[in-house]
Amino acid sequence: MGIEEKLPSGFLLSTVEGLAGYFRKGSFWPATFGLACCAIEMMATGAGRYDLARFGMEVFRASPRQADLMIVAGRVSQKMAPVLRQIYDQMPNPKWVLSMGVCASSGGMFNNYAIVQGVDHVVPVDIYLPGCPPRPEMLMDAIIKLREEIQAMPLGVNREKAARAAEQAAMKALPTIEMLPASARRGAHELNPGIPVGHAPEGGAR
Amino acid sequence: MPKFLGPVAGFGVTFATMFKKANTEYYPYEKKVTAPRFHGRHQLNRYADGLEKCIGCELCAWACPADAIFVEGADNTDEERFSPGERYGRNYQINYLRCIFCGLCIEACPTRALTMTNEFELADTSRASLIFTKEQLLAPLYEGMVPAPHEMYPGTTDTDYYLGKVTAAAPGTVTQGQPRDPAEAHKQGTEAGR
Repeated sequence: MGIEEKLPSGFLLSTVEGLAGYFRKGSFWPATFGLACCAIEMMATGAGRYDLARFGMEVFRASPRQADLMIVAGRVSQKMAPVLRQIYDQMPNPKWVLSMGVCASSGGMFNNYAIVQGVDHVVPVDIYLPGCPPRPEMLMDAIIKLREEIQAMPLGVNREKAARAAEQAAMKALPTIEMLPASARRGAHELNPGIPVGHAPEGGAR
Repeated sequence: MPKFLGPVAGFGVTFATMFKKANTEYYPYEKKVTAPRFHGRHQLNRYADGLEKCIGCELCAWACPADAIFVEGADNTDEERFSPGERYGRNYQINYLRCIFCGLCIEACPTRALTMTNEFELADTSRASLIFTKEQLLAPLYEGMVPAPHEMYPGTTDTDYYLGKVTAAAPGTVTQGQPRDPAEAHKQGTEAGR
């Protein structure tokens, strides 16, 4: 956008931030991008019974240039990955990606050469939604969680600051091999003592 | 029927719909109750005295078509008893970005340690946070339960536990050992290894 990038930090910007967040989440248009069975649930969510129109999202735009949200609904094959990236690139900023279902999020049960093992290899994902396929309520839950993030999204200088902080955090992030086992990392309590040293970092769950 | 009555009948359906009640569900405000056997997030159950039901047999991991479950069993000792019987699941992880909620793990579980809840609001912002660990999956402690590890009910065997003869923790049961900080233990171990 334009003017809010030039505004100084402080009271004015925070009000603009709140307003912009409110408007952005209130007219949150998804791109039509169904890839597999999850798309059926996505369509059901848009239809009368679950009615995404309650969130101002009923217009699934056929053109990525009019869309704010890409719901990756279904498994992404290696052949589809460049297409997906192109659609993402064609969407104007600000844009968000919702990875719907396990196949889009991590490859799911299709752990093979044909399927991209998680759409975050191709585009940055803002929210992951488990389920195979997720029921419409689960999709709405993910959308509501994403809307909360959009409402709190910083603008202008604050956004730059947030981006810098995220970059610094990423630079300092531990390599996976040096991470504690997942059970220890999460402040595991007395129930799970004595995790052996040299244990596989993420356990075995892929 | 005369030809002009066709559209009248057709639009009549549309018109009548205006007087019907909308079937829209107001999801975040009014949550519809899911079916009793809904396939939601898993739960690792406990016996009535707080000992864990999981025996670390890995049958769930074997049954899982998506390879979403990781189990690591370990031996129970008298100093540290997590479940009745020989073995317990020391490390238990379910990756909800692989899990397809098919319920084959539930069918495979020989002790009914693993069941599914009706919870489905699982969306999150990172892949790491959707790998649920044992602490997140374990059932809450109810009345009469003492957190594991602790001793079995005196004079019982694991068969008695399995048959449901133990209905509460024995009076005076306490959690064994001092809770060690796993992060600290890991650190010490790596230093020793270098």
